[in-house]
Amino acid sequence: MEAATTHDAPHAGTHEAHPRGLLRWLSSTNHKDIGTLYLWFSLLMFFFAGSLAMLVRAELFQPGLQIVQPEVFNQLTTMHGLIMIFGAIMPAFVGFANWQVPLMIGAPDMAFPRLNNWSFWLLPAAATLLVGSFFAPGGAAAGGWTMYPPLYIQGGIAYDMTILAIHILGISSVMGAINIIVTILNLRAPGMTLMQMPLFVWTWLITAYLLVAVMPVLACVITMLLTDRHFGTHFFNAAGGGDPVMFQHIFWFFGHPEVYIMILPAFGIVSTILPTFARKPLFGYTSMVWAVASIAFLSFIVWAHHMFTTGMPAGGQLFFMYTTMLIAVPTGVKVFNWVATLWRGALTFETPMLFALAFICLFTIGGFSGLVLALVPVDIQLQDTYYVVAHFHYVLFSGAAMSIMGGVYYWLPKWTGHMYDERLGKLHFWLTTIAFNLTFFPMHFLGLAGMPRRIPDYALQFAQFNMISSLGAFLLGASQLIFLLAVVKCIRGGRAAGDRPWDGADTLEWTLSSPPPYHSFATPPAIAPLHK
Amino acid sequence: MNAQHPAHLPYYQPPPSLWPIVGSLGLLTLAGGFVLLLAKDIAGPWVMGAGAAIFIYMLFGWFGTVIRESQAGKLEGQVDRSFRWGMVWFIFSEVMFFAAFFGALFYSRHIAVPWLADAQLLWPGYAGGWPTAGPGLKESIAPVPAWGIPALNTLILLSSGATVTWAHWGLKKGRQTQLKLGLALTIALGVVFLALQAHEYLEASFTIRAGIYGATFYMLTGFHGAHVTLGAIMLCVILSRALAGHFTPERHFAFEAVAWYWHFVDVVWLLLFVFVYWL
Ligand SMILES: [Cu+2]
Repeated sequence: MEAATTHDAPHAGTHEAHPRGLLRWLSSTNHKDIGTLYLWFSLLMFFFAGSLAMLVRAELFQPGLQIVQPEVFNQLTTMHGLIMIFGAIMPAFVGFANWQVPLMIGAPDMAFPRLNNWSFWLLPAAATLLVGSFFAPGGAAAGGWTMYPPLYIQGGIAYDMTILAIHILGISSVMGAINIIVTILNLRAPGMTLMQMPLFVWTWLITAYLLVAVMPVLACVITMLLTDRHFGTHFFNAAGGGDPVMFQHIFWFFGHPEVYIMILPAFGIVSTILPTFARKPLFGYTSMVWAVASIAFLSFIVWAHHMFTTGMPAGGQLFFMYTTMLIAVPTGVKVFNWVATLWRGALTFETPMLFALAFICLFTIGGFSGLVLALVPVDIQLQDTYYVVAHFHYVLFSGAAMSIMGGVYYWLPKWTGHMYDERLGKLHFWLTTIAFNLTFFPMHFLGLAGMPRRIPDYALQFAQFNMISSLGAFLLGASQLIFLLAVVKCIRGGRAAGDRPWDGADTLEWTLSSPPPYHSFATPPAIAPLHK
Repeated sequence: MNAQHPAHLPYYQPPPSLWPIVGSLGLLTLAGGFVLLLAKDIAGPWVMGAGAAIFIYMLFGWFGTVIRESQAGKLEGQVDRSFRWGMVWFIFSEVMFFAAFFGALFYSRHIAVPWLADAQLLWPGYAGGWPTAGPGLKESIAPVPAWGIPALNTLILLSSGATVTWAHWGLKKGRQTQLKLGLALTIALGVVFLALQAHEYLEASFTIRAGIYGATFYMLTGFHGAHVTLGAIMLCVILSRALAGHFTPERHFAFEAVAWYWHFVDVVWLLLFVFVYWL
C-alpha cells in the first residue's frame, strides 16, 4: 500500500479529507454523502410531485372545469404518479440504504463506491427529462403512470422523453440494487451471520433482489412501446397480431413487485423503530425474515389482479385472486409481530414512534382495502374508481412515505449530531395524519359510489366528499413544510444528540459518534450476538 | 472464495471520482439527442453523437482507472469477491431482460394470436397460426429455415464457448500463448457469427414491420446480436490486456467476468435457436 491515496490508508477512521463545495457532492464516493444526496433529491421531487397533486385537488375542489384543461389534468396525474414513485419514494429508501446499511452491518462503505455515485447522479438526468417534458410540444405524458398503449403510442415527444427517463431510472435502480446486495453479502462485519442482521438490512436485501429481477422487465416493455411508436413493430397492435393486453401483463409483472419494492424497506424501518421505543427486542425476528421473503416470492405470481376487467378466463381470475389473498398471510404475520413487540413494552411516544404506530394502523387499512380489491367480482365494480386511489395512497403515503418520515426523525440525530425539535416533529406528525385521512378516507366512499379516477370533472353528488378531500390535501401539502423546517432546523443546530439518543436502540450505528466520522468501521467492529 | 487473503486487509476505498457525473452527462445528452432524432429534428444525430462520444470517453476513463487500480493490487481479496458477486447479479438482470422478451414471444404466439383467430369479431376469417403478421397486414411470412444459417451459427457460438474455456485453461496453467490464441479464436468466431446474422437479416423476406412475428423475431435476435457485439468488444479489451500481460494464473477476474458474459450470450442463443427459429 505504498501508493496509498488519502482515502485508502489503513485506519483512516478519523480522516475527514474530501473535496470542498460542489465538487464534494459531484465526485463523492462516500456512502454518507451519497445517502444525503439521495434524501435531498427525493425531498425535492416529493415537493414537486406534491405540487402537481395540489393542482389536481384544486381542480377537483368543485365540479366543473375551473383551473386546468382536461389534457393538462391528465398530465398532472400522470407525472404526479411517475415522479412520486421513481423520484421520491424509491430514491428516499435508497438514501436510507446508503446511510444505514454500511453502518448497521459494520462495513467501511458500499461495495462499489464509484458506482454508487453514478446510481445517484443518473437520477437528476432522468428528472431533467421528466420535468422537461412539461415544456415539450403538447405537454407532458398524459396516459397515466402505467403507460398503457394505445395512449402511450399516440402521444407526442414527451412520451419519448418519459420512456427514456424511465430507462435511465432503471439503470440507476439496477446498479444501486446490485451495490446493496453485494454490500450485504460481502461486507458484513466478521461474525455477523445473515440471521443476525438487523431487519432493515434484510428487507433491503430482498428489495434489492426484487429490483434486479423486475427493473429489466420494465425496460423490456417500455422498449417495445418505443419501437411500436417509432419503428413499426406491432407488439401492442391487434392488426399486426399483437395485443395491448400483453403490455399490461408484462408491465404488471414488474408493477406488482414494484409495490413491494416501495413497502418492504418501510417494513424494515418500522421494525427498527418499534423495538427501540417499546424497549423490547423485535418479536418473531425469524418469522419476520420469512414473511418478507414469502411476500417477495408471492409478488411474482399475482400481477394480473390489476387486469381483472381485461377479459381473462375465469380460471386465470381465480388463480390471481387466490394468490393475492395469500399475501395477507405473511403480511398478517408482520402486523401480528409488530403488535406483539409493543405488548407489555415500556412505550414512549417520540415522533418516530408516532409515525411507526400510525404506519401499523393506516397501512393495515390499505392492506384490507387491497384484499377487498383482490375479490374479482368486487374489483370489476371498483376498477378505475377512487376506491383504488384511496387504497394505494393508504399503502404508499401512510405506508411508504410516512415510514420514510418516521425513519428521518429516528436517524436525524445520528446523521446530524443534533436532536430534532420534538414539538415541531409532533406537530408535523399530527397534522400529516389528520390531513392524510381527511384527504383519502372520503375517496373510499367516492369510489364505492362510482366516481371514476383520472377525470377532471364529476357528477354533482360527489361534490361534498371531493371538497373535504381537497381541503385535506391542501392541509397535507402545507404540513410538509413543517417537515422541511424540522429537518433544516435539526441540521443547523439543536440539543447535542450523543452517540445513542434512544436508550432502546441496539444496532451498530449507535456505537458510533453522532454524526459518525466521514469514514466509519475502517476496521470492522466485533460482533456480539445481536438478538439474544 | 480464496481464503489466503488476510481478513484485516482494508477494503479499498476509491478516492472521489468525476467519471460517474461524466457518464450521466453523456447518457442525458444521448437520450436528448435520441428524442430530437425521433422528433425528426436535424440536430438529433449530432447531439446523439456528442452524447455517445462523452459516454465512450467515460468508459475509457473509468475502466482505465479500474485497470490501473487492479494492476496496483488494490482490488484483491474481499474487493475481488465483490466484483464477482456484482457480475453475477448483473448477468441475472440481463437474464430477466431476455426472459421478458421471451415471455412476449410465448404470450403472442400461444395466447394472443389464437384468441384473435377464435374471436372472429374484428377480423372474420383470420386464421391465426404462426408465423403471422396479424389480421390487418395482408402479408405472408417465409420464416428463416432453422437448419440453414441459424444451425451453423449455433455451431459457431458453441465452439466459441469452447475456445474461451480453452483460453481459460491456458491462463490457469500459465500458458499465455494458449490464452491469447483462444481469445483471438473466440473473437473471430463472434465476428463470423455477427456477419452471418447480418447476412440473414439482409436476405430475410420480412422486416421488423411484419406484424408480431417480425417484431418478436427482430427484437429477440437483434438484442442478442447487440449483446454478442458488446461481448466481442469486451473480449477485444481482454485480449489487449492479455497481450499487455495483465493476467496471472491467480488474478484474472476481468477475464472470467467476460467469459461468464460470453457463456450467458451463448445460452440465450440456444433458446433463440429453439424457440424463434426451430419450433
Ligand atoms: Cu398488484
